[in-house]
Amino acid sequence: MCGVVGLFLKNRVLEPELGVLTAGMLTVLTDRGPDSAGFALYSAGLPGHLKFTLRGPKHYDFSALAAAFGVACRLHDDHAVFPVPENQEADFRAALANHPEITIVASGARMELFKGTGLPEDVSRRFGLQTMSGSHAIGHTRMATESAVTTQGAHPFSTGPDQCLVHNGSLSNHNDVRRTLIREHISFETQNDSEVAAGYLSWKLRSGAKLDEALTSALGVLDGFYTFVVGTESGFGVLRDPVACKPAVMAETDDYVAFGSEYRALVDLPGISNAHLFEPEPAKVYFWEHSV
Amino acid sequence: MRRALKPAAREPVVFDLATRPLRDINAILQALPAHTNETAWAIANPRGAHAVAVGVTTPVSISIDGHVGYYCAGMNDGAHVTIAGNAGPGVAENMMSGTVHVMGDASQAAGATAHGGLLIIEGNASARCGISMKGVDIVVKGSVGHMSGFMAQSGNLVILGVAGEALGDSLYEANIFVRGGITSLGADCEEKPMTEAASAILETLLKKAGADADPKDFKLFGSARTLYHFHVDNADAY
Repeated sequence: MCGVVGLFLKNRVLEPELGVLTAGMLTVLTDRGPDSAGFALYSAGLPGHLKFTLRGPKHYDFSALAAAFGVACRLHDDHAVFPVPENQEADFRAALANHPEITIVASGARMELFKGTGLPEDVSRRFGLQTMSGSHAIGHTRMATESAVTTQGAHPFSTGPDQCLVHNGSLSNHNDVRRTLIREHISFETQNDSEVAAGYLSWKLRSGAKLDEALTSALGVLDGFYTFVVGTESGFGVLRDPVACKPAVMAETDDYVAFGSEYRALVDLPGISNAHLFEPEPAKVYFWEHSV
Repeated sequence: MRRALKPAAREPVVFDLATRPLRDINAILQALPAHTNETAWAIANPRGAHAVAVGVTTPVSISIDGHVGYYCAGMNDGAHVTIAGNAGPGVAENMMSGTVHVMGDASQAAGATAHGGLLIIEGNASARCGISMKGVDIVVKGSVGHMSGFMAQSGNLVILGVAGEALGDSLYEANIFVRGGITSLGADCEEKPMTEAASAILETLLKKAGADADPKDFKLFGSARTLYHFHVDNADAY
């Protein structure tokens, strides 16, 4: 069991509330996943810059790294978001290679990604989710089955720029697919099955597929139980396996599209009483996109 | 002044889930004596809660004002439960008797393993509706998802809309009536001739469910009974 949430805003007026709404949704799903939690938000970055979300040891001092690149990083507990000029991406990655104590959690033009062990409410508070804004967010509360309860094993998983995935379920052929993807130069941080699903989508996106095409293709390759919610720089997708064992409810209004493992996660969204509520169908790709 | 011969209909006793824990409410409903005078109950602000009004064993009416989560009215034995919203997975699972009326849609496994009573779903039901049903009557006014009626043992499943993939897979002895067409039949499920007796059952259920439909527009599906026993010709498959 795990809890999955997603919120894709159509009305920009709601953007300042994205964090607080997402935090509320995550907290409700604590009993579906009390051992760790995580979330990814998409918001505007500095023009000409990439955002790197890094994670260091507790109380790590990121200031030297920020000073070396002349940028101001933003601290969120043991995570830090660095705006890095696009033309310095390679230098920044090279510098990080000399800091094995630092993990690159995610990178992209708009995505920031935070995850950790503990109750979802505590994880949200540690990173300050309630104060964050943005255009769309996905989140996850984890009850671990396939790998250990660690920060690395928490969702979302990001295997490409601005790409992330959360998963409720378990994949049965992830070792085989992982071996194939490693040959295609997709790298993995864990032995987790969900990371393989993220890697597969990244590989398809890298090959030029659109998110909906990548999800359609995943139906034929990934074997097992899954409800995925995925995010890209401008899009938000949902896919359930053909057997549809894992629960899913969606709500759509003129202002947003929301996903929850259960309706309980959606009850505090504005205008929910007039939302179009539906259960996404098995093996059907759902996809929404902002024009960038 | 003449006294009324009948007492006026009682106002329901209202529980507000926003202010009172669900366990208290369920405990009160489960402890009602068989001939209670408090026959009308209402539950406000369910907000998708799980296990609302489960295990009630007295014939009282319970109206739930909103959407519910998993297993609403599970194990119901005699109560008349109305859900003014959608129901999550396993609504009326293992119902023994009474009625459960979902005014919106129902999620997966509606009426699972239920032995008796009537489950009415005004909207659609998703996958595995009536899975392993053991005597319940289910009327779905919309469509049902895949694997509905899976291993159904007895009872009647009436579908006014379309049935999803693998309807009635590994069916034992339940009747499945479908008006809107089927996507595919599961293993050992086949169309049966609509007998007078079956048509009478269907007509009664449509009437009970308040469904505006003509029994003549339905097809009946049941078990081909080829999976009841091991067939020696299949020995090589093992």
